[in-house]
Amino acid sequence: MNGVAVHLNDLRRTFGAVHALDGLDLHIEPGELIALLGPSGCGKTTALRILAGLEDADSGRVLVGGKDITGLPANRRDMGMVFQAYSLFPHLTALENVQFGLKLRRRSGGDRAAAMLDLVGISAHAGRYPHQLSGGQQQRVALARALAIEPQVLLLDEPLSALDAKVRVQLRDEIRRIQTEVGTTTLFVTHDQEEALAIADRVGVMRSGRLEQLAAPAEVYLRPASAFVADFVGLSNRLPGVVEGDTVTVLGTRLPLVQKATGGPEVTALVRPESIGVVPDPGGAARVLSTAFLGPTSRVTLEVADSVVIAQVSGESLAELTVGTPVRIDLRPVPVALQD
Amino acid sequence: MAGLRARRARRQSTFRWTVLAVMGVFFLLPLAAMVEFTTRGDSNTWSLLADWPQLSATYPDLAEGIVASLGQALFTALLMLVLLVPTAIWVRLRLPGLRPLVEFICLLPLTIPAIVLVVGLAPVYAWVNYFLGGSSLTLTFAYTILVLPYAYRAIDAGLSAIDVKTLAEAARGLGASWFTVMARVVLPNIRSAVLSAAFLTVALVLGEFTIASLLNRTNLQVAINLLGKSSATMSVAVSLAALILAFVLLLLLSLFGDRRKASR
Repeated sequence: MNGVAVHLNDLRRTFGAVHALDGLDLHIEPGELIALLGPSGCGKTTALRILAGLEDADSGRVLVGGKDITGLPANRRDMGMVFQAYSLFPHLTALENVQFGLKLRRRSGGDRAAAMLDLVGISAHAGRYPHQLSGGQQQRVALARALAIEPQVLLLDEPLSALDAKVRVQLRDEIRRIQTEVGTTTLFVTHDQEEALAIADRVGVMRSGRLEQLAAPAEVYLRPASAFVADFVGLSNRLPGVVEGDTVTVLGTRLPLVQKATGGPEVTALVRPESIGVVPDPGGAARVLSTAFLGPTSRVTLEVADSVVIAQVSGESLAELTVGTPVRIDLRPVPVALQD
Repeated sequence: MAGLRARRARRQSTFRWTVLAVMGVFFLLPLAAMVEFTTRGDSNTWSLLADWPQLSATYPDLAEGIVASLGQALFTALLMLVLLVPTAIWVRLRLPGLRPLVEFICLLPLTIPAIVLVVGLAPVYAWVNYFLGGSSLTLTFAYTILVLPYAYRAIDAGLSAIDVKTLAEAARGLGASWFTVMARVVLPNIRSAVLSAAFLTVALVLGEFTIASLLNRTNLQVAINLLGKSSATMSVAVSLAALILAFVLLLLLSLFGDRRKASR
């Protein structure tokens, strides 16, 4: 199964007065997995539904494998889709669900359906009805059903959001494994930044119907294109700083900027908690306000001058950071974004 | 405190059983009287009722009424399903904005008395007579309107119980046409609702008298009414049999409803 390229060209869609898509341009390489990430109402699901043919765009074009499919109905688009809501047909068993699309294509589908259930690790439950399966198992079957028809494009519309945390991480990794294995071009829509960063080749951060940034996960996280991206992806401290050329001085440390400053010298810099080092120091200017143990890492809330700063430290160093301890803050020289 | 609660529970239980007993007597006494009346003396009413050839020879009008009612029930159920099921599914899937209007139209017959309906239907049936003749089966059209409120409610409840939109979109994505979506995805999942609508239709049509009588057609109830003037025993026996049949249908309906709930 070889992936195809997907182009969304200048897609526009309004719902009443709301611009769900405002000239969206997106290019997905063959076999690539792109995660569209953004807050509720940013248009990510609308983009996916237009690609699936379940929604019509007001204007713009959809090209798959170089072919314009803008006007093609959903049933002739050759796309596999997994929905956020459980969408297995309740009157069919897991195996029959997977066979459904194959039978419509006049293929008996017994072997292929069984192989797909095996691929998603659910062949032991082939004879069960959806109501006899857990949420995670149902989504696995839905994934097998979508892949069974050998779609040109796989569309995943927040397929993990109804599942509990542990199953979510497990299934997320499996989706990535299977997608790499079959090589289908995939669009994954989510509002969960961790999910998007973990699963995608490239992450597209959306805001008000447009792409704010489309880049590799590390790039999005470490070099956010805008304050919105820096703020939406990962936690950020808002700290006062002074711009000097291509750098900004924050809490006495000069830090490089991800993009040139456009405003005045006094700005608000967005600094990641993991870029902040905390060292116990009786003469330190900061003081520990509270701590939270999160397992492998811990979070420390500090008070410095008039600001509250959140820092991420290793689990072991938490022992010496009790509430009220005076500390020194060391900022690592990683590029930071400035608030608009 | 506990004693007070126990006394209150006892009082409530006594009240419940009293209400149940009074209602039981209210409903069962006339039925018992019907059984007693139809089996009085050396009457062979019930054996005659079970012997179709002899019944139709002895009471040809009654036999004609029974056949007409069964035909009306069958065709009304079919016409109702053919009209209502695709409409209800299509409105849910593609025209959700029209849902309140469709619901209003379907519930309208409930608010119009049968006698008023007949006044409106009479001129329409003049044309029906002209094109299709005066057969009692033509009442199917009037009955389809009459059963709309009940059938629509049943089917709509069935559609509400499943996520029609997501299932349809999943099927469309897999390559299904709209017809396949309806026939192979939605319909199998609202089967019990469709059966409920059909049972309610049959029960309603078997009990209908006003429209048939005023439009000069025959059916079971019209035949029973006529028979009452010549053979009271047989008319009461047939009424009781029709009542039991309707009761069995409603019992089947609730059984299907229970099975649907149990499978969730």
